[in-house]
Amino acid sequence: MAILSTQNLTIGYSKRGKIDIIQPDLQLKLRAGELVCLIGPNGSGKSTLLRTLAGLQKPLSGKTLIDGDESAKLSQHEKALLISLVLTERVDIENATVYNIVSLGRHPHTPWWGNMSEEDDAFIHEVIEMVHLGHKTNCYLSELSDGERQRAMIAKALAQDTPIILLDEPTAHLDLPNRVEIMLLLHKLAHKTQKAILLSTHELDLALQAADRIWLISSDRGVECGVPEDMVFNGSFNHAFQSKSYVFNAANGNFSMNYPMTKSVWVFGDKTRMYWTLRALARAGYVVVQDAELKILVTENSWIINDVIIPTVEELLVELSKITYRVPDFQR
Amino acid sequence: MLFLSLLLLTLSLFLADLAWGSIHISLSEIVSVFFGNGTHGINSEILLNFRLPKAITAILAGASLSVAGLMMQTLFRNPLADPYILGISSGASLGVALVMMAATFLPIAFVSSGWALIVAAIIGASIVLVLVVGVSFKVNNAVSLLIVGIMFGTIAGSLVSVLQNFSNPDAIKLFVMWTFGSLSAVTWNYMQVLLPVVLVGLGFAFYLQKKLDGLLLGENYARGLGISIVKTRFIIVLATGLLAGGITAFTGPIAFVGVAIPHIARGLFRTSIHKILLPACVLLGASLLLICDIISQMPTYTLPINTISALFGAPIIIWIILKRK
Repeated sequence: MAILSTQNLTIGYSKRGKIDIIQPDLQLKLRAGELVCLIGPNGSGKSTLLRTLAGLQKPLSGKTLIDGDESAKLSQHEKALLISLVLTERVDIENATVYNIVSLGRHPHTPWWGNMSEEDDAFIHEVIEMVHLGHKTNCYLSELSDGERQRAMIAKALAQDTPIILLDEPTAHLDLPNRVEIMLLLHKLAHKTQKAILLSTHELDLALQAADRIWLISSDRGVECGVPEDMVFNGSFNHAFQSKSYVFNAANGNFSMNYPMTKSVWVFGDKTRMYWTLRALARAGYVVVQDAELKILVTENSWIINDVIIPTVEELLVELSKITYRVPDFQR
Repeated sequence: MLFLSLLLLTLSLFLADLAWGSIHISLSEIVSVFFGNGTHGINSEILLNFRLPKAITAILAGASLSVAGLMMQTLFRNPLADPYILGISSGASLGVALVMMAATFLPIAFVSSGWALIVAAIIGASIVLVLVVGVSFKVNNAVSLLIVGIMFGTIAGSLVSVLQNFSNPDAIKLFVMWTFGSLSAVTWNYMQVLLPVVLVGLGFAFYLQKKLDGLLLGENYARGLGISIVKTRFIIVLATGLLAGGITAFTGPIAFVGVAIPHIARGLFRTSIHKILLPACVLLGASLLLICDIISQMPTYTLPINTISALFGAPIIIWIILKRK
């Protein structure tokens, strides 16, 4: 049973009668206990979709159902009890501690004076522990790193205690360890707390590893949904991220750059060094051709061209450039 | 604890403001005027009809301007926002300027009574405020609202300059005196209007305290917490209008209190929670204006209140900017 679903949802902008449709007729289902990653090229409508689902922006037509109720008919307060948000806006509040920020998440649950009960207080401490910020509970926001700041905002969303969490690019501006940690954390939270978590991201490889389901959004094919591996097999990724300068490598889930390959070489020998050797050669513009005139033998600790033993990749590339230039012979 | 000492500070400043001045009135005399029954001398006259309303006005003005400043800084998420940023004081100035400089066309009885200026200031401030509130329903972000408010203020300010250009020097002098600000213009009659206006404005501010906390996160996050932005922004602008507009109408513009006090409150209590900051602003704002008033009524030098509050406020703003770097 989907906790959030859309019926013929058309998203986009309408300004002075001019309608700009970004994605028409979306039928999406978000299930409890799943981490869903929304990925797609820039301008395909990731943020617009998230904002529309969050109710920050009106759909052009169609509707969103949350837990069976139509989203547009819910009050702001009722929505706040169902959906919590983590946005890209940087939050900078003078003199606010992690505890202060996270306790803002309890707002929809507290009376107008904002008094916290003991359960509220305990719950706030619990969610701060969940994002591993327990030791920073009373630190000021200005003392946190970007990663910790993002975790504090996630804790705020958790404190809101909603069945759905929407996150707009939670891993942007973070370094690799923090990106991995946030994804892992969200994956764990979705499974442990049975929340439905939807996040948009540019981290394709991380999304492929952490997501239970991918929503792949592209301008011409709408939103394709599926388990990540299925989407690799059916070629959806290659289609969505079509470009002359790179290709989606279905073998490892990465993007490979499309270098202009003008020179040919044949490489054989040691398997473990082969992968990195090929990468270096691709960068230098060599395409591997069976039995090409130029041959490189890869051994366990060196490379051999024309009986010359070369110890490093750097020297290999230098040697190759000499060979290439020997033919025209006007370098000297 | 900190609150208790602030409260004591405000109270003792209040008493000091009553006691000191060109004529010194001892504490025992103050007590006997309030609680005794006999003495009805000149001192009791000064105390009851001059210094007491002035001290109360200082408290009301300090509290109102600080609370309005705090709300503006939170709404616009800008540390330099103040209650006059939406053009409220410019609107009031325009109203006052119109009355003073158009004095030749109006019945002399109307112009010479204090009510004329007050009514003009209230109408001027209200017109700008109504325009800004109208715009606040149209535009969907606070920064645009801020710019629109500043533009309205600029238009009103320019109109004042145009008026000055066509006025006689006496009228201009009168107007300039009004812009200096004065706490002593509020008599018991005026107090009957000012006090309820300020109390209603403060009531709105305290009613909003939880929503103000949410607004610190920015408008989209606040919506996510279930806060209705348009409604909340409307109440904030309305409360600011009552507080800053009401005070300006009766005392003239008093600068810097609104921008400086919220920062002192935040620095002192090291918090961002409005449940603490609002009462802190009330007490600190009241204290600051009481101090300004005590200085301004020093024997031999009688200085305009706006000058003294600016002398206190400007260094604080410089300190804020240096601290932020």
